[in-house]
Amino acid sequence: MAKNIYEKIWEAHVVCAPEGQDTVLYIDRHYVHEVTSPQAFEGLRLAGRNVRRPELTFATMDHNIPTTDRSLPIRDPLSRKQVETLKANCEEFGIVCFDMYDPRNGIVHVVGPELGLTQPGMTVVCGDSHTSTHGALGALAHGIGTSEVEHVLATQTLLQKKSNTMEVRVNGALPHGITPKDVILAVIGKIGTAGGTGYVIEYTGDVIRSMSMEGRMTVCNMSIEAGARAGLISPDEITFAYLKGRPYLPKDKSWDELVASWREWASDPGCAYDAVVALDASEIEPQVSWGTSPGMVTGVRGRVPYLAEIADANARLAAEKALKYMGLEEGTPITEIRINKMFLGSCTNGRLEDLRAAAKVIKGYKVHPSIEQALVVPGSNQVKRQAEAEGLDVIFKEAGFEWREAGCSMCLAMNDDRLNPGDRCASTSNRNFEGRQGKGGRTHLVSPAMAVAAAIMGHFVDIRDWQYK
Amino acid sequence: MEPFVKLTGIVAPLEALNVDTDQIIPKQFLKRIERTGYGDVLFYDWRYLDDGKTPNPAFEMNAPRYKGASILLTKNNFGCGSSREHAPWALHDYGFRCLIAPSFADIFYNNCFNNGMLPIVLSEAVIETLFGEVRARQGYALTVDLPSQTITKPDGGVIPFDIQSFLKERLLNGWDQIGLTLRFEKDIAAYEARRGIA
Ligand code: SF4
Repeated sequence: MAKNIYEKIWEAHVVCAPEGQDTVLYIDRHYVHEVTSPQAFEGLRLAGRNVRRPELTFATMDHNIPTTDRSLPIRDPLSRKQVETLKANCEEFGIVCFDMYDPRNGIVHVVGPELGLTQPGMTVVCGDSHTSTHGALGALAHGIGTSEVEHVLATQTLLQKKSNTMEVRVNGALPHGITPKDVILAVIGKIGTAGGTGYVIEYTGDVIRSMSMEGRMTVCNMSIEAGARAGLISPDEITFAYLKGRPYLPKDKSWDELVASWREWASDPGCAYDAVVALDASEIEPQVSWGTSPGMVTGVRGRVPYLAEIADANARLAAEKALKYMGLEEGTPITEIRINKMFLGSCTNGRLEDLRAAAKVIKGYKVHPSIEQALVVPGSNQVKRQAEAEGLDVIFKEAGFEWREAGCSMCLAMNDDRLNPGDRCASTSNRNFEGRQGKGGRTHLVSPAMAVAAAIMGHFVDIRDWQYK
Repeated sequence: MEPFVKLTGIVAPLEALNVDTDQIIPKQFLKRIERTGYGDVLFYDWRYLDDGKTPNPAFEMNAPRYKGASILLTKNNFGCGSSREHAPWALHDYGFRCLIAPSFADIFYNNCFNNGMLPIVLSEAVIETLFGEVRARQGYALTVDLPSQTITKPDGGVIPFDIQSFLKERLLNGWDQIGLTLRFEKDIAAYEARRGIA
């Protein structure tokens, strides 16, 4: 029988399915970071347990670390303690840790793929909801709670119920100026932030097939914002080409053998899904979120909605609350929304391709005088080095952007990078919840090109009309 | 994990709908590295005045008569929001061992069992009656008996409750999920051998 990729990966990882309880599923790759792991390690110690497979777990610090001079100590004592605790725990339990000074350090979801730690057909977990990013490589990847982090450390398994599957098919070709970020925002705008609840999404269609790996990661990253448990993409030649030469690939197989085994995981032609959603790429515009949930999004040529046009009473109430928080009037054209901050980075859009796209837009321009801060934060040290080798840092700095060290930074504002109350920010991150980027801060989710263009003009503009210099 | 068998305790009322994990414990308290010590910041924004220290007299649970409460009586959809386990940790650390509500958020409900707390679902009508009785009588205590799945009131009245047999067994024995999975250690080892994971 024809099977989809989720069914194949699930079946290959069932350890046992005991009567009356969840399936015991084997975990191939486990990532940990400083925020959700300390209590898990403490739990192991209290119970006198060990890490079953320390070589399958990798740690990085990303949420709390400063993006400024790393030779200085972390100022917030609690952040510093979390970071130091992770390092000590990894040493005690024999886990490889890419600490703040390691050239391989970066945001966990950027680092895993770029080191080749995530591979097709794997089960991948991390105490972090955006673990879905790794699905771009054809892996089943999702976030877990702290008790589950401890469970994986102790047993290398997870107790799981099988999910339903949803195919999200994006057909056609991406029009000029439309990026993977716009694709996923449009998908969420279409199915809603709860549309994927109970499902694992597989993205298919011409647009996905011709998309780069980095773009696919952007798409899978935000699956969780559609409520899905995970999002993944069948591996193909683009996947294999991306993985070639990455340092953590298995050494006991030849390249051809590896590719042949990876190819097997792809969904079979004619396989079935529990639900199917189709989108036509030609209908997708550059997206800008206007509210406090990623589903509150529209095309750049659109406007903030009028409350009266929202039929559902609960949705109307939510929109009213969102507009109040965002300080926006009903019916405001998106291009009239002025910003004073910009953040380019995060595990959604902090990879090399994102920085290249942004640099192309700003070349020869200067940040608008009304912009108080425009931060560029690479997703990893490796991304930072590559960008500098290409001279992208110079382009950013010449245009008036701040070029920072790698980390999560203003995606969630756990370090010193944060919005002040009332700040309005064009952000390439994935969440626009109240207070996400700092108490009282207002976030508009956009693609990298749209974010920097807004920083140049001081308000949102349609990137399709941009004059490249 | 400590087992839960039988508990007699003071009941504290929390009359609020859809209490989310951010209200149970705000995100500024997630930087700690311990699993304990969150009791003081439980319901932080409600419990204290703006200075973050002075108990808010308008917050019902702050009344001296509810001091030492181990049973929380509350409303629909308690624990919604994120999967963050700091929320059950804070409730447990404060002293709660049993939570009673008409409904709980899904992940939160499971997280309670991972942390030795018994969440009990009762009908809205029964909950309404309990709210009335708790407020009418100082020192109002309930006895929760897990083996017989009953709650006994001070007046001798008995309320039965439902619980999935597997979850009941876990709490009675104090089994944590890891302990349960480790019963399948042989299967895990066999799986690893099959895959050549040495
Ligand atoms: S960049 Fe943002 S979404 Fe990604 S892991 Fe860091 S905090 Fe989470």
